[in-house]
Amino acid sequence: MQQKRFSKTPVFTGLCLEILLILFSVLLSVSYGSKAVPFGEIWTYFAGTLQDDFLSAVIAARIPRTVFGLLAGAALGVSGGLMQAITRNPIADPSILGVNTGASLMVVIGIAYLHISAGFPLMVLSFGGAFVTALFVYGIASVGYGGASSIKLALAGAAVSTALGALVNTIMLPDSSVMKEFRFWQVGSISGGTWEDVRLLVPFLVCGLLLAFCCAPALNAMALGDEMAVALGVKVGRIRLIAAFAGVILCAGVTALAGPIGFVGLMLPHVVRRILGNDQRIVLPFSALGGAALLTISDVLGRVLGRPGELEVGIITALLGAPVFIWIVWKTKAKSI
Amino acid sequence: MSTISLEQDLRRIYRKQNLRDALCITVLALLILILGILMMTVGNTHYSLREVFYYLNSEETKGAAYTIRALRLPKLLVGGAAGFAFGIAGYSFQNLLHNPLASPDIIGVTAGSSAAAVFCILILGVSGGTASAFAVVSGLIVTALIFVLSGKGGAFSARMILIGIGMQAVLNALISWMLLIGSEYDVATALRWLRGSLNDVQMSDVPITLTVTVLGSALLLICNRYLRLMQLGDAYAIPMGIPVGKVRLCIMLCALLLSATATSVTGPIASVAFLSGPIAVKCTGNGKSAMTVSGLMGMLLVYAGELVGKNLLPAKYPVGVITGLLGAPYLLILLMNINKKGEKI
Repeated sequence: MQQKRFSKTPVFTGLCLEILLILFSVLLSVSYGSKAVPFGEIWTYFAGTLQDDFLSAVIAARIPRTVFGLLAGAALGVSGGLMQAITRNPIADPSILGVNTGASLMVVIGIAYLHISAGFPLMVLSFGGAFVTALFVYGIASVGYGGASSIKLALAGAAVSTALGALVNTIMLPDSSVMKEFRFWQVGSISGGTWEDVRLLVPFLVCGLLLAFCCAPALNAMALGDEMAVALGVKVGRIRLIAAFAGVILCAGVTALAGPIGFVGLMLPHVVRRILGNDQRIVLPFSALGGAALLTISDVLGRVLGRPGELEVGIITALLGAPVFIWIVWKTKAKSI
Repeated sequence: MSTISLEQDLRRIYRKQNLRDALCITVLALLILILGILMMTVGNTHYSLREVFYYLNSEETKGAAYTIRALRLPKLLVGGAAGFAFGIAGYSFQNLLHNPLASPDIIGVTAGSSAAAVFCILILGVSGGTASAFAVVSGLIVTALIFVLSGKGGAFSARMILIGIGMQAVLNALISWMLLIGSEYDVATALRWLRGSLNDVQMSDVPITLTVTVLGSALLLICNRYLRLMQLGDAYAIPMGIPVGKVRLCIMLCALLLSATATSVTGPIASVAFLSGPIAVKCTGNGKSAMTVSGLMGMLLVYAGELVGKNLLPAKYPVGVITGLLGAPYLLILLMNINKKGEKI
């Protein structure tokens, strides 16, 4: 299958731009906070010549958080891109599709009944919850007329969210200790990011990204419609399953560690598609880079806006993402809603 | 000959439908009466019906009289009014937007009220009247925003639902954040309120809730005639001379006011708005009285949820949790049925 080669210049410019953006966001993320570190000092820290012990401690504490933010953002960006490609639906995003609530439910069960409070077991649980919910929502939405249209997906997602939310409450309400722990989890935040979290996230990320990039050419063919893709020799069912799996492990991994962070996966692919076109081989990697930058910058924004404490990154992305969501709904043609 | 038999047939169908409507209302009213009596008599201490009436009329302010007059009576009145309001508002929204899923609790109207109330409880540290007023106003504002953003034209209701869902995601994020920064003592209150509960209802809430519910419901029932014709779609309703735009606005405002007011007093009692309408339509065969029946159904659900949550379960749950659990499976079945039948949502 020979695909059209993409023109190199805008892609190259875009790549440079995104890398610059990421570097910028890293600098900001290390420098801003309740104790500001001048850019110059950061440079000396990395060169190994920083004398001030306090400053180097501050920098050392902010680095894992920044790295975690970058990785989580990349995972969310790709996850959103994949979900939008598979569902052929512009509004697919883990927070809209109810996947996050599925993960929440399993986390609450883990905290309340299994007395797990962090780490790998919680991650497995949250992953299981997210995966089952994603399949379920997509299954409900794709029954019947017109396949999984935007509105059916969104309603199925909202409905499943409501349903699972009721269960979450039932478990949480009688037990105030669970409530205490869960409310911290419920707002997506990367402020607690440690090297341990990064280590846990990396396998999910690598696995998800590899699968995603392998699927990209096939996803391009599937954008033409299932019949066309089959005619081009794509095994539609298998690719869809693999891509969905990749999308879910990416977002579930992040959700398990950082809590639900919505709208990152919704925004990035749209912006990338608008600028660089619909080729998934471009959209996915660029969504990853853009997601990394966006999440890190949102985190910095939360620290700046929430002074003297900080606003959790999940709030910031929701505030940034909602207008984008509305814009997408607004411009989507009446028929395809 | 054939016209006569047709007329007779129609008459018979009409009569049958009227009978069915009347039957539904009677049965529901009876059930509500029974549950209402249970609400007054059953609880931590049980009272006989005669005791209840005695204490209702007595001048005492302590002991049993307090329990009945200051705890159980407001729950009965406000719970009933809120249930009726949720039911009727849900039915109106669902019919107006031609979608059984488009009830206020799913498309983000109640989320607006909730966010405002949580803001009052947690950040401003006030509750009661101020919080209620805030909740009503912000529910109205959020809906107006959704309304304006949905624009005009063909896909209005689809777009409105989608934008509502997006709005809800944001509001929920805000609520979670406020829960996070609030003090632990208040958080429990806010959470209980968020689940929808009759626990904190007081006698002072009764007048406003009842007034708004009665007025709003009356207006909605007047509009019901048009609403039923509008179910055929604008293409039929406009030639029949129905002022579609005005009716839509009026129904929307009333339904909104009802659900926002009820939310401000009891919190968003989950799924009542969403469940009542479809059950009522099923019971009456979408008859004339479907709207009234959905209101009564809302009352019934709230009473039943409250009784079950307080008396039958190992831990005491607020009514919203019970109705939420009840609503969840129904919601999923409904979704699958709609999709299977091949209706376009």
